[in-house]
Amino acid sequence: MNRWLLAGFLLAGCGGPDANTVTVFAASSLTAPFTQIADIYEQQHPGTTVAVTFAGSADLVAQLEQGAPASVLATADEATMAKAGWASPQPFATNTMTIVVPEGNPGEVRGIADLSNPDLTVVICAPQVPCGAATVAVEQAAGVDIAADSEESAVADVLGKVSSGQADAGIVYESDLGSAAVTGVVIPDAVNATNTYLIAARDARGREFLDTVASEQGQQVLADDGFGPP
Amino acid sequence: MTVPRWIYLPAGVGALLILAPLVALLTRVDWATLPALLTSPASLAALGLSVRTSALATLACLIVGVPMALVLARSQIRMVAWLRPFVLLPLVLPPVVAGIALLYTFGRRGLLGGTFEALGLQIAFSTTAVVLAQTFVALPFLVLSLESALRTLGPGYEDVAATLGARPTLVLARVTIPTLLPAVVTGAVLAFARALGEFGATITFAGSLQGVTRTLPLEIYLQRETDPDAAVALSLLLVVVAVAVIGLATRRIGHA
Repeated sequence: MNRWLLAGFLLAGCGGPDANTVTVFAASSLTAPFTQIADIYEQQHPGTTVAVTFAGSADLVAQLEQGAPASVLATADEATMAKAGWASPQPFATNTMTIVVPEGNPGEVRGIADLSNPDLTVVICAPQVPCGAATVAVEQAAGVDIAADSEESAVADVLGKVSSGQADAGIVYESDLGSAAVTGVVIPDAVNATNTYLIAARDARGREFLDTVASEQGQQVLADDGFGPP
Repeated sequence: MTVPRWIYLPAGVGALLILAPLVALLTRVDWATLPALLTSPASLAALGLSVRTSALATLACLIVGVPMALVLARSQIRMVAWLRPFVLLPLVLPPVVAGIALLYTFGRRGLLGGTFEALGLQIAFSTTAVVLAQTFVALPFLVLSLESALRTLGPGYEDVAATLGARPTLVLARVTIPTLLPAVVTGAVLAFARALGEFGATITFAGSLQGVTRTLPLEIYLQRETDPDAAVALSLLLVVVAVAVIGLATRRIGHA
């Protein structure tokens, strides 16, 4: 019996990527556009599969540190790319912040100044994560002290609490607007924060994927999902 | 019974699977900065909140869980047998699913949310929400261990007391509860440990704010973003507390 068990363990270890797979590690906020760009790449390179892993910045860095086999890394900010330490990263998109409210806007939020109202239930990202760092920048630029009821670790948690009506307002990326049942309330450009997305590759296949992201088609997909040009 | 010698191999593999990650965690601890990391205001707030909410959740589990176990083990009503699987559901339910379900129950737009709001109870993003989530996931641990204890004990003594003329409430107070006490302690300790480790339902349902809803597991998850050393230090703390609690419980099981 122990021999079978051992064989099972050995077999389970043989699930690594093969030569025809491009492994891409990308920030969670890139889920929609990168799924599409992966399809475009596969059409352009028949016989090749793209395996994209979407995760929060800390997960990406931790997995890469532990030797995850990735050809491409795309991060939501410069700090995360620096932590991963990949050579020659290039900007490929930008993202700004927006206020989101549940459908019907029960808290009657008209602008960033309303978020300092302690009677409103406001949910933002924690300053430790990229979307939270951008939120702090907006707060400082606008001179508003947001009375947050929760500081979440991920944009998805902010969106979930706003779309379910649990919170009256939240701050997320502009590109998140299409992904949940929420309505956007604009943050003026003068006080808004911009995140620059970086991408880097470490082999030939990875560089081909970079080309697809930078191509007109790739940039159009990003623009359709609410990302700005680099 | 003597176990065949080969059985030590798979047993050893299993033990290794559990112990190796603990050892790996220990190797990552930065002992020089450990005291400072553990006594930072954020860490202390998270630890205090975790212990407080887990204790309250355990109390809530006891108040409703002991009666639940009694009904499940002793009731003659046929419907009870049908309900049993649902009572144990939180054991197998992914905590994030529990969180979503709680949100649609006690959330501001949830099934019962409006009722609570009318009573002036604001559950959203409060410590109450944390306790609620912890109670939801920990309850089956208490109910299950009590129910199996009750079934093992059997209704023998209770029946004797009843034939001697004791009313059901007196039998419960004088016979059932005293014989059940070791199992109650074990169940409560298991429920406390489960509540202490609760993450998914809390982050989905209660949110994350220092001192209010950000328990130790949530603090670990957040610290990991910027300060992996702090995350490891807090993980060690949680492991130590959990091992102490489980140790207490298994010692009790040995006695019972």
